[in-house]
Amino acid sequence: MAIKDYLRERFFPHMWCPGCGHGTVLNCMLRAIENLALEKNDIVMVSGIGCSARISGYVDFHTLHTIHGRALAFATGVKMSRPDLNLIVPMGDGDALAIGGNHFIHAARRNIDITAIIMNNRIYGMTGGQFSPLTGYGKLATTAPYTNIDHAFDTVSLAIAAGASFVARTTTYHARQMTDIIQKAIQHKGFSVVEVLTQCPTYFGRKNKEGSAAEMMENYKNITTPIGSKKSQENPELIERGIFVEKEMPEYCSEYKKIIQKAVKGK
Amino acid sequence: MGKPKLKKLHIRQEWCKGCGICIHFCPKKVLELDDKDKAFAARPQDCICCKLCELRCPDLAIDVEAEDE
Repeated sequence: MAIKDYLRERFFPHMWCPGCGHGTVLNCMLRAIENLALEKNDIVMVSGIGCSARISGYVDFHTLHTIHGRALAFATGVKMSRPDLNLIVPMGDGDALAIGGNHFIHAARRNIDITAIIMNNRIYGMTGGQFSPLTGYGKLATTAPYTNIDHAFDTVSLAIAAGASFVARTTTYHARQMTDIIQKAIQHKGFSVVEVLTQCPTYFGRKNKEGSAAEMMENYKNITTPIGSKKSQENPELIERGIFVEKEMPEYCSEYKKIIQKAVKGK
Repeated sequence: MGKPKLKKLHIRQEWCKGCGICIHFCPKKVLELDDKDKAFAARPQDCICCKLCELRCPDLAIDVEAEDE
């Protein structure tokens, strides 16, 4: 199936700003799904609120556009009732880690078979450029005109500590790697977290003088490095990208099924 | 297997927002913006079908078709 067949073309051109990285995430995600030859009816995409969450409107799967930060809670419900379906939950950094922070860590802890894609643009774009939990110290935002004094989460460390069994990071510049990682994340049985550094040229880029969308992507090339590379040892400031964790662990729905079997035994 | 040859580089003008990502990263400088700020293939003969523009396009507007496909 061509990626066009996965789109709801009637809603195009989409509402994201020119150069917004979210479109590239949509593009690479659809290619990952195409490579896996998944049927449209076997995928459920659940999203919350924000620019990133609008992604669910553009794909011709089963889609749920839910409330802010709670996409994982809705997805958990769908997965528990229909474990045979593939659940994909794209979220923004604020949606996943501020408003939905608790849902995120507990979904990871349970190891429920859901693919969470965190589209990290370091800002609340839709509402006008307020700082998010990933904006970072010293950065500018509409609500931090004298620089932000909040420190950022390290999404990967957080996901690992919370118990996710697949954790990866990539960027919109590394589109081939993104496609490959999302493909592996969907195939992984358990809670998968993929953090994608994605540019918001309109708010984060403009406030922090990071230039055009292409220049922001160019910057991802310069500030990231493959996990454990020589460059990373020489310069610990660089952000590592790649797959950090990929391990087999009991999956929540499978474990729940066993509990039901135990409970009905002999009845 | 020879070098992949371009059959068609199709850009949906109505989806393109002229962000310039495809132009910036094209290794062969095939693409340019037209007078309406939409990307178009100015030098299609130089295209090596790496498809990075197609993959990175945030507007899903680009379709690169190689001859062997």
